[in-house]
Parts: sequence; structure tokens; C-alpha cells
Amino acid sequence: MASDRTDRRAFLKRGAALAGGLTLGGPVIGPTEASGQSAPSQSQELPDYSSPELVAYGQRSPYVTSVREPVNGRDSPDDFGLVFHIGTPLQDQIGAITPSSLHYFGTTRGSFVPIIDPAEHKLLIHGMVDRELIFTMDDLKRFPSVTRLHFIECAGNRSSPRHRTIVESHGMTSCAEWTGVLLRTLLEEAGVQQGGDWIIAEGVEEVKGTSSLPTAKAMDDIIVAYGMNGEPLRPQQGFPLRIVVPGFEGILSVKWLRRIKVVDQFYMTYNDYGHLRRDAADAALSYQIGPKSVITNPSGGQTLPGTGFYEVRGLAWSGGGRVSRVEASVDGGRTWFDADIRGTPQPMAHTAFSFNWTWDGSEAVLMSRTTDEIGQVQPTRDQVREHWGIPAGQPFSVTGQDNSIQPWRVERDGSVHNAIV
Amino acid sequence: MRSSSLLAALLLLASPALAQSPTFGLGRAPSAEEVRAWDISIHPITGAELPPGSGTAVEGALIYRRQCARCHGGDGTEGRAPRLVKQDRPEGTHPWNLGRILPIRSPYAPVVWDYINRGMPLNREGTLTPDEVYALTALLLYWNGIIGEEEPMTHLTLPLVEMPNRDAWAPLPDWQPGQPRWQGYPY
Repeated sequence: MASDRTDRRAFLKRGAALAGGLTLGGPVIGPTEASGQSAPSQSQELPDYSSPELVAYGQRSPYVTSVREPVNGRDSPDDFGLVFHIGTPLQDQIGAITPSSLHYFGTTRGSFVPIIDPAEHKLLIHGMVDRELIFTMDDLKRFPSVTRLHFIECAGNRSSPRHRTIVESHGMTSCAEWTGVLLRTLLEEAGVQQGGDWIIAEGVEEVKGTSSLPTAKAMDDIIVAYGMNGEPLRPQQGFPLRIVVPGFEGILSVKWLRRIKVVDQFYMTYNDYGHLRRDAADAALSYQIGPKSVITNPSGGQTLPGTGFYEVRGLAWSGGGRVSRVEASVDGGRTWFDADIRGTPQPMAHTAFSFNWTWDGSEAVLMSRTTDEIGQVQPTRDQVREHWGIPAGQPFSVTGQDNSIQPWRVERDGSVHNAIV
Repeated sequence: MRSSSLLAALLLLASPALAQSPTFGLGRAPSAEEVRAWDISIHPITGAELPPGSGTAVEGALIYRRQCARCHGGDGTEGRAPRLVKQDRPEGTHPWNLGRILPIRSPYAPVVWDYINRGMPLNREGTLTPDEVYALTALLLYWNGIIGEEEPMTHLTLPLVEMPNRDAWAPLPDWQPGQPRWQGYPY
């Protein structure tokens, strides 16, 4: 046993020495700035997997280095040193579930994350209810629970010719397995009164970030979640308690939840205010995420190491329900074929897809589009432009949540670029 | 109704603590003080939950200098933090186009009060007294040409202020599960 361990350490040290000058193994699609696998530097101390700490709580390989990155228009960190939106490295994700430590996050006020003792944390339900109620975390965990896969996506995920990588274009969507009590269960205990058509959900962070939601949504599928991917929520995801609002704009999934108030109308409060719209279509389309998909491999910033076979992979999702179909194109949308859906699509959840592709070395433009179970189809930017009668060539922004098709151009040298013009 | 309250009463009798939730007998009724301490929501139209208090733009200017000017600039237009005063635009410009600025875009004045009360000043949120929030709200409304400099903003007057974008915002759809996002939009 002891000598086995010594041998393994010696092997790891040799590996580290080699890694200084060589790429070990490496991903199918070559390592780039945006890739999550790179050799550890020689100076980096290698983990001792037999140490009591790593025996007690595991750690990823030093060869796996995928990390989140700050994204989105606003300078990050901004003038006040605050970081607002942190994108998940979708190009490195394997399968439909985002690891908790790589799940995207945004906060209303920079990277401020409250540290909450769950033994002290409570949830108040009040307002237009028959019975005001207050629950401890222990109370909430005794209720009948649900465990469901759901994506959460920020409205800041928008198409732009400026984006270079998928982290910039789509990094603010992630998918996790959430566990908690249905909000409906709690609201039925409290008894929603006639006219209580809206709820507001509030967090405990410094600004007490609050969002308004229709009671119809609350009675449908909102989860008051305490679990994520098999463990308690991570602090950046709202530990110890948050709501998950399936399919709605991410900011509505309030973290560090302390209070639900049943009210008579949209309250235009802290998280709502910046989302007021003049146009009714814009308001409606800004609310729920449309059918959406993106090819994650290959994607912008990566380089194909050579011609030949590739399994092209991606993710599809919709705020309207399950993904029912994913189509793909390798010729910029002139012809389309069905991609393979991997696993069973879940409502309002990332669904992995793939297709086989043999690259002949010529320029190619890869695209995917999805259709959801209620028949909504993911559009190209041109289709959106034509729908609203905007002349070609005029700069425009997709109305509401941007669910337009993302084209990736593979050049003859194998480099992959954002093909939005 | 009657049977559910009967069930609640039975569960109350049966459970050892102050169990209040009728079906599962979990949780308890909060005290009035607990609800008062946490309920900082403000009804956007009626201002129902506004605490009693009062402040004018003149008073607000003094508080602003101490609490806000370092980030928002001396007159609310030149700081590192977002601008607080509408843009100069030609006469007749729709008020929606005067800037994405809280005291102009808000359809109702209590929304401005709620935002300042929750979110300001940066890193010292929740430290302003109700009177200070009324005074700062009055200052922003005065700077944007909505009220007079001496006009006191109180829990009674604030909901009566006619905001320039009151009717400009689009109501949200009557959301129901399984419906397309917008009728006639195939995407």
C-alpha cells in the first residue's frame, strides 16, 4: 500500500515535469484560452489525494482548470470595484448539469454574498393570506419536497458580433438539479386571499433584492429550494434558501430568500424597476425565456486540431417547457438535419444534444435551432428582424429575451469564430 | 373553508408547539413586530406601507451632500455612479426618452422611495431614516422638474405625485402555464 502511494506521487511529479513542456493527453478540440484543460504549472503544488483533507472532501484534478469569468457590457469590476455577472464555461461542460462551483451568478450589487447561519434563517409568508406563517429551515425541510432539473438564465445573455467566446454570448445560463418545497405547498398552507394575484420575493442581502411574480406562476412550479446538485445551495446560489422560477428571467429567482408577500399587483420593486418596458410585446418577451440552443463544442475561441471526425455538442432549453426537437446545420443554415437529443428532456432544463460531423477542412458555419413542446421555434436574428419589419442593415436588438441562433464559423485553419455580423 | 379551519384547529390542539400550517402542522404565526420589522415593501401606487415621515428638496440637498455627492457628483450629473437628472432634450421629447433614470422612468413616486430606502447609499444600505429618504426622494423629484423645492414629500403626498411616465410603461402579460410568450410571435 505504502509503496503504491509513493509510486503514484512519483508519477504525479513526473507528470508535472512533463507538463512544463508538453501537453498531456489534451481535449479532442485543442486547448485554447477558452478551454478548461491545461497543464498545471511546475511551480504549482500537486494535491496529495491521500491527505485527510482530500480524503474527506474531494477536489478536481490539477489538469482540470475550467473557471468562470466576468462577462457583460458593464465594466467588471466596475468603477466601484464590484463584479456583477460571472459566466459559466459552457465550452467545458460535460452533459446537461452545471457543476455548482461553475454555475453562473449575478448579484444586484456586485459580488456581495451574505454569510447566513441556517440555524438562524427564517422564511416569512404574509400579505394577502389567511394565515401569516414563519418557517425555520428545519420546518421547510420537513415539507414534501420536489427534485427537478432547471436552467436559470440571465437576460444579459444577448447575441452580438462583439462576442468572441460562448462565455460572452451564453455564459449566463446554467442548469442544476434543485431540491426544495413547491411554493404552492407553502402558499396553500397560508391560504392566498381573493385578489392576491402577485407575490413579491425578497432576499436578505444588503439591498434586500426583491422581485414581483404572478401568483399563477407561484402556484404552478416555483421551488423554494435548499438543495442543489445533491448538496445544500452554494452561498453564491443563495444559501441557505432561494426560489427557482423555472423558465423566467434569472433575476426573478431570488436568492437568500427571507420573505414572500402576497400582494394585489406588480410591485415595481428593486429587481423589477430596470425591467419596465414601454412596448407590451417587449415586456412579455422579456419575461419568459424562449426556445434556445447553442453549440458548445466547437465554439468561439477554440481551434479544431485537424480534419476528420468530431462529435459536435451543444445544449438546448426553453422557458416554455420541454425541448422537443433540435436541428443543426453545418452550412450556415442552408440545410438542416435533426441532431440527437441526449437523455430525456425535462421541462425548463438544459438538454444536451450532439451530431456526428466529419470536417473536410473547408470553411463551415455551424448552427443549431430548437423547437419546444408548445411549438415555439428558435429564430435566426434575420427572422426576428423580418417579424418586426426592421429593414436589413439597420442595427437592431432582439426584442425581449434574446433567443436567436448562434452561428460559429470554422475557418480553414480550424479556428472557430462568432459568425454574427 | 369551514372544514379546513376545523382541521387547522385540530392540528393546533394535537401539535406540541405553535404549529400553524393547517395541513402539515409546520411553522408558526409570526408576531406583529416580526412582520413590521421585515416588511419594507412599498405599494407602488398607494404607498400603503410607507412609514410616517416628511422631507423637502431643501432638506434633501443637505443630506445629499453628506451621503450621495461623493459618487453621484455635486448636482447628480457628473459622478461615477449613475446620473440622477434627466437629459437635456428638445421640447416635446417623450419623457420615456429623457434617460433610464429612476426619478423619471418610475411610473409612481413611491417606487423612488423604495429604491433609495433599499439600495442607498452604497455599502451603507438601510442606514437612512424615513425622513432622510423622503427628503432625498423630494430632491430627485425637484431636480427632474416634477415637484417644487419646498414641497414636502410625506407618506400621504408621495403617492399623489403625478410622474411623467405614469402611463408609458407596458403592463406585463396575464401569465398562464403552457402558453406561448406572446400571441402571434412564433419564436
